[in-house]
Amino acid sequence: MSQDIGQAAGARRWRAGGGRLSREAQGGIAAVLLLLIAIIFPLVITDQVATQIGVDTMLFVAATVAWNLFSGFTGYISLGAAVFFGTGAYTVGIAAQDWHITGNMEFALLPLAALAAGVVAVPFGLIALRVRRHTFVVITIAIFFIFQLMAFNLNITGGSVGISAPFLTWAPETFNIPFYYMALALAAGVAVLSWLIRGSRFGLQLRAIRDDEDRARGLGVRAMRVKLVAFVISGVVIGLVGALWFFFIGQVLPQYGFDPLFDLSVALMAFFGGFGTLWGPILGALILEPGQQYLTLQVSNSYASELIWGSLFLLVILFLPRGVVPMAGEKAMAWRARRERRRAVPAAAAEPAAAGTAGAALPGPAGASTPSGRSAR
Amino acid sequence: MSTLLRAEGVCKAFGGVQALNGCSIAVEQGSIAGLIGPNGSGKTTLFNMITGYGRVDSGDVFLGGRKITNLPPDKVFGHGIGRTFQLTRVFSRLTVMENMIVGAHHSERGQARGLRRLHNPLARAGGPDTRRRAMELLEFTGIAAHAGVLAETLSYGQRKLLELSYVLMADPAVVLLDEPAGGVNPTLIGTITDRIRQLNAQGTTFLIVEHNMDFVMGLCDRVTVLDYGNAVVSGPPDVIRTDHRVLDAYLGTTEGDDDDAA
Repeated sequence: MSQDIGQAAGARRWRAGGGRLSREAQGGIAAVLLLLIAIIFPLVITDQVATQIGVDTMLFVAATVAWNLFSGFTGYISLGAAVFFGTGAYTVGIAAQDWHITGNMEFALLPLAALAAGVVAVPFGLIALRVRRHTFVVITIAIFFIFQLMAFNLNITGGSVGISAPFLTWAPETFNIPFYYMALALAAGVAVLSWLIRGSRFGLQLRAIRDDEDRARGLGVRAMRVKLVAFVISGVVIGLVGALWFFFIGQVLPQYGFDPLFDLSVALMAFFGGFGTLWGPILGALILEPGQQYLTLQVSNSYASELIWGSLFLLVILFLPRGVVPMAGEKAMAWRARRERRRAVPAAAAEPAAAGTAGAALPGPAGASTPSGRSAR
Repeated sequence: MSTLLRAEGVCKAFGGVQALNGCSIAVEQGSIAGLIGPNGSGKTTLFNMITGYGRVDSGDVFLGGRKITNLPPDKVFGHGIGRTFQLTRVFSRLTVMENMIVGAHHSERGQARGLRRLHNPLARAGGPDTRRRAMELLEFTGIAAHAGVLAETLSYGQRKLLELSYVLMADPAVVLLDEPAGGVNPTLIGTITDRIRQLNAQGTTFLIVEHNMDFVMGLCDRVTVLDYGNAVVSGPPDVIRTDHRVLDAYLGTTEGDDDDAA
């Protein structure tokens, strides 16, 4: 008897599963709209400062979504994203310098940045992914500083003088536009990849690892391999972001190629928007990066803007620990539930017969307590 | 009847504590075996050693003649040993259905359709066959109504049932249950007993750690008693119930008291 009820309820939920599909469609429509706005943006707003912020923002969207693809899905919080960023930037810089590549040909080096970041990600992952939680965070920070030190001290990185990118003979007024669309394409591509991974078997394994890695291993999930693959994918994308940024800025110095603020920023953006969600890192970067750029422009004292940035991190962790997107989702759900309850009360009062059938479906005491529970509200 | 799962002389120490001290057990194919013993006698450690959660210091584990000593947990699961945990572990932020699909991972990879997945690693998780099988199992354990909700919203008993359900997704040859009746109400214990019997009738072998004596004695074909990391006695429930060594293990011996006094 109880099993029959269970089956009926199960069937109901399966049909309700169709509702989720439509929510996915809603997400798709929102994504297309957002993409259209992003495509139109530099055509409408041609101000160079605005398009420059646009480029930075798109680069951060790509980096944050890529960071979230590993850290958000698996729960392994990495503060070493700048390792890939700097590796990407330095790789194309050194290659262009050594091979005397000039002008637009520099963009042909982008695959090399992806490759180098991926190659770095394998030993980095093999070392760091053996440990979890706090230890993992500390190890990623340590490896990050090793890379920064190397950039400062090795001959091939040019030490503290850094490396300059090939000069682009583009008109200054439209200089930002190609970079903007390249960054946008990368951001959109990694967002789609992130969406595909999340729904896939691979993504399910990543999320199972986040919830209970040992349990997942006991169900046949090859945890190390799965984590490493995600770590490498994430690193490859961030390496591409680093290379694009380098071409855009035209120069890389150790403290900017391997920048601790970059580590912190991608994590902050993902946390702010919603750690581990699809939309969270996108919205987080779209809101925070222009915010930070604006701050830097307004506050001439760079320490002040860093102070504000750090305080914001604290505020997010304290008051929005799960991010804007999940919080908004919860609020919307609570609101919908309240509205439904309000609608249910007059209906129940008007039709005592309905309450009678509901009572019959439930075991005696629960059914009897329902009407009194309602009147109490 | 042949032996399906066998541990031979397994030793495991944690620092100075000898959790397993040359422990040997054998589980017959198609049986329901029980493993009892006082707290700290090494039951869960033995489970961990069999399923790859930790490495043995010495000794061996065999599954149907194949040596599986010190294989990692995912390989052990792949060879056909599923287990549940004493403190129930489910993926709390995945839905119940998603929990089931994680468990299906291995069996699905083994099928011919696995080749297609190789071409498209980004295919959606859980094909229609997997979902149908998952729903059947959830109906079998009675939690199908919750398929769409997050596992964190399940009650303790429902989590136990979910853990049993997803372990079954890969059709394991042996299922190791660590205190399946612990902290569960009597009605649910009845349900769990029935389900284990039904699965056993279909050919699944069980090894069960449990403190609830009625549950163990009523369900198991053969019971092994562990004490101080050793299997001290093994036999049918009726024999075990009256064996003095079992009483010694649980109640302590008078000799030991004398030693303390001296």
